[in-house]
Amino acid sequence: MLSEQKPKYPLPADLQAKIDLVLESHDYDFTQIVGILLEVQDLDEMHYVPEPVAYYVANRLNMPVTNVFDILNFYSELSSTPRAKYPIQVCTSIACHVNDSDGLAAKLKELLNIDFGETTYDGRFTLEKVTCFGACDRAPAVRINGHVYDHLDTTEKIRALLDSLK
Amino acid sequence: MSEVRFLTENFGQYDPSSINSYMSIGGFQALRQAVAMDDPEGIATLISEAKVRGRGGAEYPMGRKWSQARAVKGEKKIIICNADEGETTTFKDRELIKNDPFNLIEAMIIAGYVMGATDGYIYMRAEYACYRPLLLNAIRQAKSYGFLGQNILGKGFDYDIHLYSGAGAYVCGEGTALIRSIEGKAGRPRMKPPFIKVSGLFARPTCLNNVESLSLVPHLLRDKDKRYLTYGVGESVGTKLVSVGGNVKHPGVFEIPFGTTVREIIDGLAGGLPDGHSLRLIQFGGASGKIAGPDILDTPYTYEDLRAAGVMVGSGAICVVDDRTSVIDFLRINQDFFYEESCGQCTPCREGNLHIKIILDRIANHTATKDDIKTMEKMARVMSMSSLCGLGETAQNTLRSAMQVFPEVFEVGGAE
Amino acid sequence: MANEKTTTDQAQEMVNLTINNIPVSVPKGTKIMEAAKSIGIDIPHLCYHEDQRVKARCRLCSVEVTGKRRLLAACSTVVWEGMEVHTDTPIVRDTQVTILQMLLANHNQDCLTCPRNQNCDLQRLCSRFNIQQSHLPRVEKHEKPIVTNPAIVRDPSKCIRCGRCIQACKDIQGIRALTYCGRSADLRVTTAFDKPMETTDCILCGQCSLVCPTGAIVEKDDTQKVLDALQDTSKHVIVQVAPSVRVALGDAFGMEPGAIVTGQMVTALKLLGFDKVFDTNFGADLTIMEEGYEFLDRLQNGGVLPMMTSCSPGWVNFMEKHFPDQRDHLSSAKSPMSMFGAIAKTYYAQNAGIDPHDIVTVSIMPCTAKKFEAARPELGHDGLSDVDIVLTTRELIKLIKYVGLELVSLPESDFDSPLGFGTGAGAIFGATGGVMEAALRTVYEKVTGKTLEKLDFEDVRGFDKGGGIKEATVELPGRTVRICVAHTLKNARKIMEQIRRGESPYDFIEIMACPGGCIGGGGQPIGTTNAIRRKRIEALYKIDRDLPIRKSHENPDIIKLYQDFLGEPLSHKSHELLHTTYHKVPLPYEFD
Repeated sequence: MLSEQKPKYPLPADLQAKIDLVLESHDYDFTQIVGILLEVQDLDEMHYVPEPVAYYVANRLNMPVTNVFDILNFYSELSSTPRAKYPIQVCTSIACHVNDSDGLAAKLKELLNIDFGETTYDGRFTLEKVTCFGACDRAPAVRINGHVYDHLDTTEKIRALLDSLK
Repeated sequence: MSEVRFLTENFGQYDPSSINSYMSIGGFQALRQAVAMDDPEGIATLISEAKVRGRGGAEYPMGRKWSQARAVKGEKKIIICNADEGETTTFKDRELIKNDPFNLIEAMIIAGYVMGATDGYIYMRAEYACYRPLLLNAIRQAKSYGFLGQNILGKGFDYDIHLYSGAGAYVCGEGTALIRSIEGKAGRPRMKPPFIKVSGLFARPTCLNNVESLSLVPHLLRDKDKRYLTYGVGESVGTKLVSVGGNVKHPGVFEIPFGTTVREIIDGLAGGLPDGHSLRLIQFGGASGKIAGPDILDTPYTYEDLRAAGVMVGSGAICVVDDRTSVIDFLRINQDFFYEESCGQCTPCREGNLHIKIILDRIANHTATKDDIKTMEKMARVMSMSSLCGLGETAQNTLRSAMQVFPEVFEVGGAE
Repeated sequence: MANEKTTTDQAQEMVNLTINNIPVSVPKGTKIMEAAKSIGIDIPHLCYHEDQRVKARCRLCSVEVTGKRRLLAACSTVVWEGMEVHTDTPIVRDTQVTILQMLLANHNQDCLTCPRNQNCDLQRLCSRFNIQQSHLPRVEKHEKPIVTNPAIVRDPSKCIRCGRCIQACKDIQGIRALTYCGRSADLRVTTAFDKPMETTDCILCGQCSLVCPTGAIVEKDDTQKVLDALQDTSKHVIVQVAPSVRVALGDAFGMEPGAIVTGQMVTALKLLGFDKVFDTNFGADLTIMEEGYEFLDRLQNGGVLPMMTSCSPGWVNFMEKHFPDQRDHLSSAKSPMSMFGAIAKTYYAQNAGIDPHDIVTVSIMPCTAKKFEAARPELGHDGLSDVDIVLTTRELIKLIKYVGLELVSLPESDFDSPLGFGTGAGAIFGATGGVMEAALRTVYEKVTGKTLEKLDFEDVRGFDKGGGIKEATVELPGRTVRICVAHTLKNARKIMEQIRRGESPYDFIEIMACPGGCIGGGGQPIGTTNAIRRKRIEALYKIDRDLPIRKSHENPDIIKLYQDFLGEPLSHKSHELLHTTYHKVPLPYEFD
């Protein structure tokens, strides 16, 4: 109405093709949007759903983009802003807390030189505070791209973990 | 007393990726038994006989739930398996899914048969995504063996199972929120009624059960000599999975007969507290559970005894906290959890969690006044009395029980 | 809209309960809230709205029910036989007060300078419960109002997250431009990716602003612009008033819903200092001439059918955004407001001997989207906008209060001439079905040359009929014309999808974006409900009935306008001044 902006066709063809594959594997069923977005998010190296991708998914599933946006901001495993190649999720809930997840977090902050919610300069790591992810018997633990790394109770273990993620 | 193997009897006994392996230890016999019964109501009766209460935390009698769900008229009924266990220190369902996925599938099919459902949904938390392939494989194999699909076991019973993923939202453990999530929406709970047994997923009659509750069913069906009924004490019949975490040497999931004392669980099964440390408190049932001090140790782990002692079985979580963590720190961490996980749509829960968080911080900083304590108490009461859903209702269970058990923590010096 | 229907016709099953020990008998299915209202007890509420689906989110209506462990929400709980409700116990009061205190602690409390000052549900409740200085710390985030378009302003710092706006957008309009976002204390209402409203699917109808209980979504206030213009002695400031304003304005001055206050309103505008007070009904009559002839032209010369009306700016926005490929269906006739403006700055200016550059045209409209319409560059002539300033009914109320006028006690006056005379046909423009009926009165007589015996086209009237989609046929010589009238964009979408599929059976369609038409517009007084909308519709038809001239083509001033200035409908001059074009509005992203 006001703006005379040009229509944008912002998705690279290969990304669009990959998204289409995900959609197809979910039968273009909009009720599976949460699962779809989880998969689509991992197509991006920074593990998030960029704005044009959200619009694209909404378009293809014939659902309002507000719905997609709402979902992206409701579920903590989904993000509409860039994260990192390796988002490090530190559990801060009670079972991990009493097993010194604070110490683990402090060590990670020190080694990476970032705070919670920040990303390292090379885009490799971001630190995220999360609630219990069900690895209480392996505390203190972090979760990175779906994998749990447990018993991180010494600096050596933490450093070795970071070094292994290239 | 020690661990028993009833619900966990299949653990390690078969290859969880192979239906043949599962069938070699008697897998799908329970289903065959179920469909051979004259009246599927008998299965609900069996569950009632075993006095099974919902294992997700609400402790609702499961047999009654099934009978009610059966009685609901309606087409295309739905079974949902709640595998979104989000209560802190709760990881028992994880073990059931990981070690015995076929039993869960079999249980879902039986539930579908009993309820006359056409579709089953497993809603599994995103954090367990690594077990997705295992469950998908189990569903696929069950389908190829005719245990899912059309005309199952020649009984004219059509039923399929769908696996849905959560994406990190504790509130989706709440039934209506879980349903909204499967419907492709943000998982904000809705008001009840309509109750989900009448109008649940896609507005169809829906019966929702926890993984552990469901998993019990095939075992109960196969339990010819009623071994299950020999476990337990009084009204707390049978066994329960407890997941023990926090400051214990050997955290883990244990199947105990009801009546085992808390001390036996913590010291016996979980290896006791780390050397040189003493017990501060135990939280039962996760973040929405209640807490007790060391005097709980000799209480038998039963629904009745725990309730009398001011706590609850709930999800079966037992979080042990030793003297290195203060009560107030513990409460702040617990409060942070709800501050993160409230969906925020209803006023008491959204604003109440924020204000209680602020006041707990003040107590920790020694800046709280007596008025703050009164306000906090009031907020907690308003939340539990008037919140929209169970999350808000139970979020301050821990705080309210802490005010009973550790009143000294809330004695502050500040002026009125 | 969607309150569950209680059985009305057949013998109702009644349920007996007590509220505060007072016995009450209500139809089965009634909620506690409504049962209490029936005996004069107002249970406090914020998210509850009588025309919306129950949300049960604010929890302010929590009440005690004997035997229940927890409090129950009065808005969502259906009464049962023998229920004992208590709305005024210590625990209920304590809960309600605490909830209000919580909301207040997270609320921008600049009430004295808020657009909704003295007209805010939260403020009213705080006053009712005598909420005093709260000892809760203020936790509101300091957010600034979002002003990005000429129509609607959002102020997140005032939002209490009740969700009424989201529901209005979704359930009435089917647009879903607004959504919740985030959770816990971060939960907020916003657009997708926090984009400015006008760049989203929003069509600026303002229904959200009509249901907002606080000042979180309001019309963009242009009252100061009008006051400035009125102070400027070099300007000739004229005002036109939409047909639906005169039956809504009274609400704000304590009159019965549907009260007709035309005469007082005109007096008020004159007292405000407008040089001339004119009537949009005149513009409406002119629209009928152009649009009616356009329809005949399309009908006779194979033009694009069905033709669709174009006077509702929310609807036009909707077409340009959501069905741009179908925009040829829209009548090229400008809206009555813009036609009026165009005539005012040409014909009127010439006759009055005033330089059109010195004329300021102000419109009083029931509508937020009209502000956007007025700002359209294509609606103007020789670098002059047809309409310079649009005020909503709500802003007019503020101006009347500003100058201290008691509307009720004002003497009545007549509109000025020559742009102040409207027929009954123009009057009913404000109601759903009105434009169609007005057009049919003229089209029928022009085509047949006969006098229409029965002017009332009952089939297209009414708020509830057909769920908002009404159909009828009209016999013209040699042709049966199939017409359709729809209000709300949710219904419009159905019509449009039918057209897009090539399955539309209609020749002529009237669409109004807002429920009930303009009388239910997004710029109408706060508190407008469907019950009130029905009353306003009745009032418009009464105005029509009581007027001596009820057909646009019989308006003597219209006849004179054509004789002296325009020539005839669809003339070159008419096209230049009274017709417009439509555009495809690009969305943020478009995919193949």
